Amino acid sequence: MDKLCGAAQLIRALEELEVTEIFGYPGATVVDIYDELLNSQKIHHTLARHEQGAVHEADGYARASGRVGVALVTSGPGATNTVTALATAYGDSIPLVLISGQVSTSMIGTDAFQEVDTMGVTRPVVKYSFLCKKPEDIVPNIRKAFFIASTGRKGPVVVDIPKNCQSRSYLFDYEPSSDMHLRSYNPTVYGHKGQVNRAAEELCKAARPVVMAGGGIVQGAAGPMLESLVARLNLPVVSTLMGIGAYPCNDRRYIGMMGMHGLYEANETMHHSDLVFAVGTRFADRATNNVRKFCPEAKIIHIDVDPASISKTVHADIPIVGDAAAVLGQINSKLEELKAQPHPEIGKWWEQIAAWQDKKCLSYTEKEGIIRPQRVIETLYRLLEGRGAIITTDVGQHQMFAAQYYRFPGRRNFLSSGGLGTMGFGLPAAVGAQKALPERLVVTVTGDGSFQMNLQELSVARKYNMPLKIVILDNSVLGMVRQFQSVFYQGRYAATYLDCNPDFVKIAEAYDCVGIRVTEQNKLEEGLKQALEVQDRPVIVDVVTDTDTKVLPWQRADGSMIDMLLNTDLSQ
Amino acid sequence: MRHVISILIENEAGALSRVVGLFSQRGYNIESLTVAPTDDPTLSRCTILTTGDSDEAEQITKQLHKLVCILRVSALNEEKNGSQERELVLIKLPTPNRNVREDIKSLSDIFGAKIIDVSPETYTLQYVGSSEEVDTFCETVFKMSDVLEVVRSGVLGIARGNHYMHS
Repeated sequence: MDKLCGAAQLIRALEELEVTEIFGYPGATVVDIYDELLNSQKIHHTLARHEQGAVHEADGYARASGRVGVALVTSGPGATNTVTALATAYGDSIPLVLISGQVSTSMIGTDAFQEVDTMGVTRPVVKYSFLCKKPEDIVPNIRKAFFIASTGRKGPVVVDIPKNCQSRSYLFDYEPSSDMHLRSYNPTVYGHKGQVNRAAEELCKAARPVVMAGGGIVQGAAGPMLESLVARLNLPVVSTLMGIGAYPCNDRRYIGMMGMHGLYEANETMHHSDLVFAVGTRFADRATNNVRKFCPEAKIIHIDVDPASISKTVHADIPIVGDAAAVLGQINSKLEELKAQPHPEIGKWWEQIAAWQDKKCLSYTEKEGIIRPQRVIETLYRLLEGRGAIITTDVGQHQMFAAQYYRFPGRRNFLSSGGLGTMGFGLPAAVGAQKALPERLVVTVTGDGSFQMNLQELSVARKYNMPLKIVILDNSVLGMVRQFQSVFYQGRYAATYLDCNPDFVKIAEAYDCVGIRVTEQNKLEEGLKQALEVQDRPVIVDVVTDTDTKVLPWQRADGSMIDMLLNTDLSQ
Repeated sequence: MRHVISILIENEAGALSRVVGLFSQRGYNIESLTVAPTDDPTLSRCTILTTGDSDEAEQITKQLHKLVCILRVSALNEEKNGSQERELVLIKLPTPNRNVREDIKSLSDIFGAKIIDVSPETYTLQYVGSSEEVDTFCETVFKMSDVLEVVRSGVLGIARGNHYMHS
C-alpha cells in the first residue's frame, strides 16, 4: 500500500474520479494541493482571474459536457468569492465540486488570517458540504461529494480541507475506492407504477395536452425518451428557460419558451390546455406567473427527481418522483402496451395553436439609423445554423432575446443562469464550455452591463487561444431594469444609464484579443462573419443597439399565463 | 396548526445547523427543538415543534427529507395510531417563609412534580407531562408564587403502538 500525504491523496482520488480539468485560484491554504497538482499527468489546471470566475467556469464545463465541474480555491476571500457562483449552480441544479482550503484545524475558530466559516457561508447555496477534520477524511469526502453532486437533483458540493490535513509531514495509506452507499441519501430513480399508469392514461385522454419541458430533461439526459413520447402522441412542447434545447427548438412540435418573456403561442397553449405534462421543472415564478391563475383547466402531471419540488408552488394532480429518463421510459412502455394513438381531437388543438402562432409575437419593425437587438440574434442564428454552436448568456434583455430568437437544435447548447439570474456568468461559462469541448464554436451573447462583471476572465480565454465570440448588445443602459422603469415608473430612469462605458474594442485590444465595432445594420452580418473567421483568440463584437427596444411578450405581474403585453401594446 | 416533526439525523458536525438553517431560510417557525444521540451513537433523534398550515407542514417534511444528512422524517401528529408527547420543566422559586414552602410542597405533590433542589432561599421543581399539562402546571405555580427561573425542555415525541422509526 502506498503511503501518501493528504494533498497527494486528494489528487489521486480526483484522477480516479476521471477529473481532467480543474478551474482554480491558489492561496496560502491550498499550496500543498497545487504542488501535488504539478505531478499529475491527468489533470489540467486552468488559472482563473477571480474565484467567482473559476466556479462559473467549472459550471460552464459541467453544463456543456454533463460531467462534474471541479473548482479549487483558497480559504477566506477565496471561498467567499465563490458564493455567487455556487448559488448560480445551485439555482440551476448543476453538478460541481468546490474544493476550498481552510486554515489548519488548530487555528479554526481563532479568527486566523484568511479564516472564514466556509461551511456556514455556503450552506444555504449548496446541495451539501464537508469539512475534513483529519487527513483521512479527504478521500472519502471527495468521493461522497462527487456522488452527491452528480445524482438525484444535481447540485454543487463543497469540500473544505484545512491546510494541515494536506501536509507532506503526515503520510498514510490510500484507501481504495469501493461501492458508494450513503444510508441517509437515496434518490428515487423509478416512478411509482400506479402513478405512471395513471399518467399514461391521462395522456391518452387529453384533447388539449401540452408538454412543459424543464432543465431536468437536460440534466437527466431524458431527451430521446421525451422525443419518442411526443412523436407517438403528436404533442405540442413548450419549455421553460432552463428547458431550452431539451426538445429540439427547430422541430415543428416545439412551440417555444413559456413564461414571463415566453412566446404568445406558448403561454396561450399552456393556459388553454387540459393537461400539462411537466417534466424536470420546479414551476418557478418566472415560468408560471401567478400560480393561482395558472392553467385553470388543466390537470397537472409533474415528474421530478426532487420530491420537494412537487406541489411546492403548483399543485400536482399526478405527482411522480423519479429520474426523468427512467420515468419517461416507464411511461413510454405503458403507452406501447396501451397501443396509444394521438387523441382524435389533437388536430383541432394544433389548428388552434397555429392560429396563436399566426399572431407573430416576435415580429418587430426596423428603426431608422439604429440596430434592433433582435436583429443581432436573428443574424447570428442565420450564420450559425447547423454548426452546433454553444451560446452562453449573461442576464438581462440580451438573455431573453437569445432565448426567444435563437432556435436551439439540441441539449446543452444554451447555457444561461436561469434560477439565480447572475450577471457576469456568460464569459466564464463560455471559457468552461470551450475547455470541455475544444472543437465546438462557443459564443457569448452579453450586454454592456453584464460583460463588465467578470470581464477579467478574458485573460483566461486569451491564454488558451480560445476562439470565443463575445457579442455585446451594447445599448448603454441596463435594459431590463430600464424597461420596467419605462413602463411602470413613468420613465424615471434611476441608475440604469451606464454613463462612461469603456471602449469595448480597446478592451479587446488591451487583452490582445480582436475587437470589432458594429454601428450600422448593413455592416452587422459582415462584422459577425469577420468575428467567425478569427481562430486563434477571442473576439469581441460590440454591436451598438437601440436603447428603447423592449423584450416582448411580457407577462403582467400577478396575472395568468395569458396576461401579456405584446408588440401591439407597446410602442417601440 | 401545531406540528410535531421527528427526525433521525446523522450525528455529524454541521448537521443541526442545516436543519435550523432550512427553517430560517424558508421562513418556517421553530417553537421548540430537542436533539440528542440515539442508542446508535452515529445517529441523533430530533423533535421539532412548528406551526403552519398543512401545505407548509408537507413542504417542511419534504425539505427535511431532502437534506443529505437526514435519514428519517415523520410528522407525529399524522401518525395513524397517534403519538405521545412529553415535555419537562424546571422551575426555581423563592421560599421566603414556611407558608410558601408548605404550599409549594403540597402543590407539587398534587401535580406529581418533584422538588429536586432545596436551598434556604429556594426550591427547584421538576415536572414532566404533555405540553398542555406543563402549561397548566406552570400557570398554577405562577399564580401561587414568584418565580426566579423557568427552563422547559421542548417537546419529545414518539408514535403510539407498533409504529416506530427505525434506522
